[in-house]
Amino acid sequence: MRTEPRAVALISGGLDSMLAARVVREQGVHVEGLNFYTGFCVEGHTHAVRRQDRERPKRNNALWVAEQLGIKLHIIDVVEEYKDVVINPRHGYGQFMNPCLDCKGFMVGKAREWMAANDFDFIITGEVIGQRPKSQLKRNMPVVASESGAHDRLLRPLCARLLEPTLPEREGWVDREQLYDWSGRSRKPQMHLAEQFGLEDYAQPAGGCCFLTDPSYSRKLQDLWQARGERRYELDDIMLLKMGRHLRPRPHFKLIVSREDGENRFMHGYRKRFTHLVPTSHGGPLALLDGEAAEDDLELAARLVARFSQGRDADRVRVAVTEREGTPREMEVTPMAAADVPQEWYVG
Amino acid sequence: MSAEPLQVDARGLLCPMPVIRLQDAVAGLAEGACVQLLATDPGVHADIPAWCRVHGHQVEAVTDDHDPDGIIRLRIRVGGSGIAEQ
Repeated sequence: MRTEPRAVALISGGLDSMLAARVVREQGVHVEGLNFYTGFCVEGHTHAVRRQDRERPKRNNALWVAEQLGIKLHIIDVVEEYKDVVINPRHGYGQFMNPCLDCKGFMVGKAREWMAANDFDFIITGEVIGQRPKSQLKRNMPVVASESGAHDRLLRPLCARLLEPTLPEREGWVDREQLYDWSGRSRKPQMHLAEQFGLEDYAQPAGGCCFLTDPSYSRKLQDLWQARGERRYELDDIMLLKMGRHLRPRPHFKLIVSREDGENRFMHGYRKRFTHLVPTSHGGPLALLDGEAAEDDLELAARLVARFSQGRDADRVRVAVTEREGTPREMEVTPMAAADVPQEWYVG
Repeated sequence: MSAEPLQVDARGLLCPMPVIRLQDAVAGLAEGACVQLLATDPGVHADIPAWCRVHGHQVEAVTDDHDPDGIIRLRIRVGGSGIAEQ
């Protein structure tokens, strides 16, 4: 029979959750990490696909944090379940399409399920009161604890002393006096504690870890729903929103035009599911056509693809057009001049 | 260990999905079992060894064909415990 308390920590890969887990681990609690894959995670995807990002050394920040802390990390695929959070957030969206309060409640709820299934005692998050505009407001802290079902088994070590004592504190599994009372948007306390722990290298919070906080991505998601006439998505949809330029020249179709080799290669895997276009007389990008296109739409699409090819200044460019798994046929078109592409066609 | 490695196909998936596929496969295996992971995301070069380190598994071999399909093969030996033995 075990006597050591066991905690499961939500690990995003950022500094706050790393510190929260470390603070509890310092008190002799066995800690393991959970990281949730929603499909909207910034990490990895653009890195894997786009060359400019590949120049940075590749690392999964959540795994890196786990290594630094010396804890196990379990990565959980929540793509399907997460759809309801994005499509029907009970508490609405933040500045963009980010349902942060619902998201936090969902993730703590999944952690609660994992805790129960794996015989753990409580949950740790890296929340700081007032750090984020909505999900980390003091009045919303009980909302997350309640809606997740975690109740007083949810410990926020970085701001615990500003909140009612939780079960781990009351039971003496952790010493409340060694927890923190941080609030506000300043990062100084975190950086100071990181220094005390000897942590010099950690992910910076700029931009967050979720595409739903990105204004351009959010506009592309709204465009997708508007074009479909319903709010739904599949994983491939939200992956492709991260790729290429998106242009919607007509309400019934849009083009996703790759911007470089990595995107070209990744989008290659989607050719058989989309009408796709690629220049043959000149070097140029692969473009996927999402929607239904009549013959004049295809010609317009080919002219747009030619505009992004190396033949953009040529009189004529040949473009291979393949309708899903059909046989490719060539269209010879005049590249559209950059000035003739209305700005409103660009989505995002 | 002469048994054929368990094949896990993560081709076409971007990280962390290959890690999740491997994690799910390893969950049902005993210490000493072998898994061969097929992937196309170059991110596996960093993420799979990192995941194996924290869970105590060993990456025994990595081959990257650099072929047009860009298939990367990793052979993983299931270990007993990770660095998490606190």
